[in-house]
Amino acid sequence: MADPHIAVIEDLSFAYDRRPVLHGIGLKIPRGKVVAVMGQSGCGKTTLLRIIAAALMPTRGRARVLGRDTGTLDRDGLYALRRRMGMLFQFGALFTDMSVFDNVAFQMREHTNLPEDAIRDLVLLKLEAVGLRGAAQRMPGELSGGMARRVALARAIALDPQLILYDEPFTGLDPIALGVIARLVRQLNDSLGATSIIVTHDVAETLPLVDYVYFMAEGRVIAEGTADQVRRSGVAFVEQFVSGAIDGPVPFHYPAAGYEADLGFAAGA
Amino acid sequence: MLVALRAALIRLGAAVTVGVWRLGYGARFFVYLIVHSGTAFRRFRLTMREIYFAGVLSLIIILVSGLFVGMVLALQGYETLQRYGSSEALGVLVALSLVRELGPVVAGLLFASRAGSAITAEIGLMKATEQLSAMEMMAVDPVARVVAPRFWGGVISMPVLAALFSAMGIFGGYLVGVVLIGVDEGAFWSQMQAAVDVRNDILNGVIKSVVFGVAVTLIAVFEGYDAPPTAEGVSGATTRTVVTSSLAILALDFVLTALMFTGGA
Amino acid sequence: MNRSAIDLWVGVFVAIGLGALLFLALKVGNLASFSTAQTYQVEARFSNIGGLKVRAPVKSAGVVVGRVAQIRFDNESYEAVAVLTVDSSYKFPRDTSAKILTSGLLGEQYIGLEAGADARMLAGGERMRITQSAVVLENLISQFFFNKAAEGGDAKSAK
Repeated sequence: MADPHIAVIEDLSFAYDRRPVLHGIGLKIPRGKVVAVMGQSGCGKTTLLRIIAAALMPTRGRARVLGRDTGTLDRDGLYALRRRMGMLFQFGALFTDMSVFDNVAFQMREHTNLPEDAIRDLVLLKLEAVGLRGAAQRMPGELSGGMARRVALARAIALDPQLILYDEPFTGLDPIALGVIARLVRQLNDSLGATSIIVTHDVAETLPLVDYVYFMAEGRVIAEGTADQVRRSGVAFVEQFVSGAIDGPVPFHYPAAGYEADLGFAAGA
Repeated sequence: MLVALRAALIRLGAAVTVGVWRLGYGARFFVYLIVHSGTAFRRFRLTMREIYFAGVLSLIIILVSGLFVGMVLALQGYETLQRYGSSEALGVLVALSLVRELGPVVAGLLFASRAGSAITAEIGLMKATEQLSAMEMMAVDPVARVVAPRFWGGVISMPVLAALFSAMGIFGGYLVGVVLIGVDEGAFWSQMQAAVDVRNDILNGVIKSVVFGVAVTLIAVFEGYDAPPTAEGVSGATTRTVVTSSLAILALDFVLTALMFTGGA
Repeated sequence: MNRSAIDLWVGVFVAIGLGALLFLALKVGNLASFSTAQTYQVEARFSNIGGLKVRAPVKSAGVVVGRVAQIRFDNESYEAVAVLTVDSSYKFPRDTSAKILTSGLLGEQYIGLEAGADARMLAGGERMRITQSAVVLENLISQFFFNKAAEGGDAKSAK
């Protein structure tokens, strides 16, 4: 395809009811890269991911994903688009009533007419890729958090998607599991020839991993570039975020009236 | 005073608006569910699984309750009937009460608390843990894949359970009436057969149980699907399922009874 | 729980469910004795049917032989017309009489057939000539009081 970008977002705004979340966002996701969207909790990055996944429609502006304008798609077009995407949810979202094997086989059974032994080979291939072929017959409840995340990853890539979306893939993992997932994200992206978008606030793990970073705050993109460019961007918020300082442009204190006034000293004095 | 009245009116208005909104939303959900039920029948194995969970696993409670209800009916009925010297009519009393009313209603109430709440909790938890969103992201409609099989599984199970409840109840009535108390066995069955009509009583009972099955399971899947994706949300939805579907069963039972057993018959 | 176990259980479940329905239909209800059996219809006219209802039993010598299929009012004779569906295996002479009776003191009303002696049998669509209407409690009571009053009057005049 001629278009070097797998997803393009132009001047996009979004509001839940009347509460605005995103303001005039613009981003371009180049084909074959791993791109991170970073920011504080509540800055609208998960909303952005849902718009790219076409689970939400922009209030204003356009989102072109895999060559389709998400706003113009009907249900069938939407489902056709989603078959070319994979998504890893924050806590994996494995189907708890199915075994690991059936979880990974789910999309193959729903969307293809492959015979059961072909599905078996494919599932084992995907599980091997995340190192969990031995756990195929376990139930999700019997897995550790990191293993569950890896199964979910195997499930997300079951149909060899062109675009893989990650919603906070590192949350709640121990350092070893975290390292495994981070390495897998990169590996799978390159071996599948896919493009990955990671939404996260986990700076330390993400920056070494990704090709390009967008920083968001209060529904706007405030910085972008490669990891090094972002580190040296000079934007105060980014510096605070990367270094994890307590105070800075993002204040420690939630906006409030003067402390003394709240305690009733000001009036008496 | 005026302010309090105003506040009360606002509360009333809000409650009515929310109620009507939910009713409309529920109705649209129902239509959507029916339209997207193809999968539940094309891949009947999915529905089979739900019949297992809603129906087979409710068997024990239904059979035991049916037996006891029938036994109690026979004891109480005998006390009353023998005063008028017509204890042979015990079979009629037990059979008609069970087939027309208690079978569908009590089985429906038990079904609502045993299977309905489980359905709500299951779907609600799948929603809370983003399993439904994940399915949606995999281009699989969760209503077709998760909700519809559970709905039809419940709708199919309910009449079977009600019939089993009635049959078991009549057997319980027989045990107490004939075996224990000693009502004449021939009179017990023959009076019953003379009084119970297949179309008017048994078929109407089955129709009732089908209607209750639709109502309970619809409420259960809707509450689950509509539950706020939090722990309190799911537990609240589960409670609402039991309360709403119990009320729905009793109200529908009144309406159906009025339609079935008063006109002309 | 594997697939074949679920299939087995669902199979058992549905089978015993159908069994229960069959039990209800055959042993509890009366599917076997009616609905599928051949029937014929006869008419009976009554000046008053009291509380007779459609689907009330038609009995002869205490045995249920049919049911009331329809009740209507005849505009010309000002009588009630009851159409009875009788099981074909039961034949009655043409001069059979139909009475509206009550089971017990306050029970349901039914039609009792009392066989006559005619050589010819009733056929479908025919009318029973001899009928006896329902006993209406109010009439009975007023008759009783009327008689009492009459007796009282006689006693007075005899004095």
